[in-house]
Amino acid sequence: MKPPPTPVQYVAKNMRLDLQLMSEMIEPHSRVLDIGSGDGSLIEHLFRTRGCDARGIEIDMAEVTHAVAHGLPVMQGDADTDLIHYPDNLFDYVVLSRTLQAVERPREVLRQMLRIGTRALVSFPNFGHWRVRWQLARDGRMPMTATWDRPWYETPNIHPCTIQDFFDLCAQEGYTVERWLAVDDGGRRAPWRRFPALANLFGEQALFLLRRHGTALR
Amino acid sequence: MDVPDQTWAGEQERTHQAVTFADGMTLESGVVLPELTVAYRVYGQLNEARTNAVLVCHALTGDQYVADPHPLTGKPGWWERVVGPGRPVDTDRFFVICANVLGGCMGSTGPRSVRPGGGGIWGTEFPTITIKDMVRAQRRLVEHLGIARLFAVIGGSMGGMQALEWAASFPDLVFACVPVATAAFHSAQNIAFHEVGRQAIFADPDWDGGSYWRSGKVPARGLAVARMAAHITYLSEQALTRKFGRRVRAAPGGDAKVDPAAISLFGDIFEVESYLRHQGSTFVNRFDANSYLTITRAMDLFDLADDHGGDLATAFRGSKTRFCLVSFDSDWLFPTAQSRAIARALNGAGANASFVEIKSDKGHDAFLLDEPDFFRTLSGFLAGCAEHAGLSGSRMATGS
Repeated sequence: MKPPPTPVQYVAKNMRLDLQLMSEMIEPHSRVLDIGSGDGSLIEHLFRTRGCDARGIEIDMAEVTHAVAHGLPVMQGDADTDLIHYPDNLFDYVVLSRTLQAVERPREVLRQMLRIGTRALVSFPNFGHWRVRWQLARDGRMPMTATWDRPWYETPNIHPCTIQDFFDLCAQEGYTVERWLAVDDGGRRAPWRRFPALANLFGEQALFLLRRHGTALR
Repeated sequence: MDVPDQTWAGEQERTHQAVTFADGMTLESGVVLPELTVAYRVYGQLNEARTNAVLVCHALTGDQYVADPHPLTGKPGWWERVVGPGRPVDTDRFFVICANVLGGCMGSTGPRSVRPGGGGIWGTEFPTITIKDMVRAQRRLVEHLGIARLFAVIGGSMGGMQALEWAASFPDLVFACVPVATAAFHSAQNIAFHEVGRQAIFADPDWDGGSYWRSGKVPARGLAVARMAAHITYLSEQALTRKFGRRVRAAPGGDAKVDPAAISLFGDIFEVESYLRHQGSTFVNRFDANSYLTITRAMDLFDLADDHGGDLATAFRGSKTRFCLVSFDSDWLFPTAQSRAIARALNGAGANASFVEIKSDKGHDAFLLDEPDFFRTLSGFLAGCAEHAGLSGSRMATGS
């Protein structure tokens, strides 16, 4: 009998780092939707430390059950199909943590995020990192790194992008980048924040705070 | 079928804890019930601020005996796993109320009640009622108990319909709402199954046009068949296979072959048959046929979106209630898709909602059975809500 296939999951999250960096960008007492909320750490953190009305949406039912059993408001759902059901401007922030590269239609998900929220907070692993580039150049094969750790034929990360790609998409879609930063493998904040090209080479992951053009600052 | 002979007399005299509202109630249909009695049970202690009340709503054939032995069958309360000291709905912490629904047969006003003013038994002349009418009767009880606002309303199946109706009709009175294994409307398939049950009752000569109390008999066969058909819908194919498979009755090993020469057309051969017959025959001991007709009709009429211009989200717009929807993956009577539709409507309304589908092979009945993931979900959700409501986490003072 064939062994059951390994369940496909989104990339493991460096929750501690994401949590810390994202919390710093979220105003206290705001309304937050965390897409791909996992075990609910971020929403719990935002509720306990910043008094936010934070809710989650998560595709993995085991994670949902775990989060709800801890008293956190989490709904089983899919970023690709369930965001359309939320009304406009329901949230101050809509968070997508290290999940953008795994959704079916990243551009549409971003559009939905900035429809239902005033701001979008997006983090993703950077495919432009020097190690990824070096491996592809040296071996001519799909890179395998600590972040991109699944072979191409079974990775859930179907839409990898680089920091510069993401800047381009924001320009194309008319989003204002209010803040952005890149961190290296060790989670240290990169000193090259004014130089996207350098961040794109040395940043292991990126975090963007976006706003629709023409949205009044609150 | 070996349904024991039932007689009408006796049960109606049984006393249940109840309150009677002499001013009656106007039903959704406009018909006035001249007098309203609501039978109920309470568990735990109401705190001083009266903020820890939880209303549990029962399903079609349930009753108010949620956490203590049933007076007719002697069986444990139907949700003893969920309601009680240290249970997910912890009676050391919450004051739990459960009322027999309007139209029921365990003490609340229903078809077997005596009509005020000397009109005899209501019987089939009992007016058509709705889930909303049941909820409004419960509201009278809650007010009578001196409770201005419920901490939570919880219910499975038809109880879930009531929980949804509570949240939609009285959003400011419900802090948390837990609709389990339910739907915002009764589907065509579910109406169809109910109709089979009703026709079985009508076909029983003992039903006597609904006036069976006159003859002193009850339509036991019809009601038992209705229960058997309904009971299949509460299970799942996996559950039936696991419990009975093709096992033959009177073969203790369970693997004996059926002897074609010994088969009678009328006896029960397979274990699943005797199980269903048992379910049918025990049901008639505790349930009234006209109540069954009245309540199934109320479920069939339920369509929450329809009451709000066809848009379910409208029913919950602006609601501050915190919701937790629970479905079970093998439930084909109230499938997950129905709960997901409610979840999406709640999202559309901007309401605070959690939604969990529990893995279980037990079908619709799973909400009544031992499902640890469900229990964890429910107790965690209530604990989170209690924190948001500012309810103390400690047990209520009991003067120890």
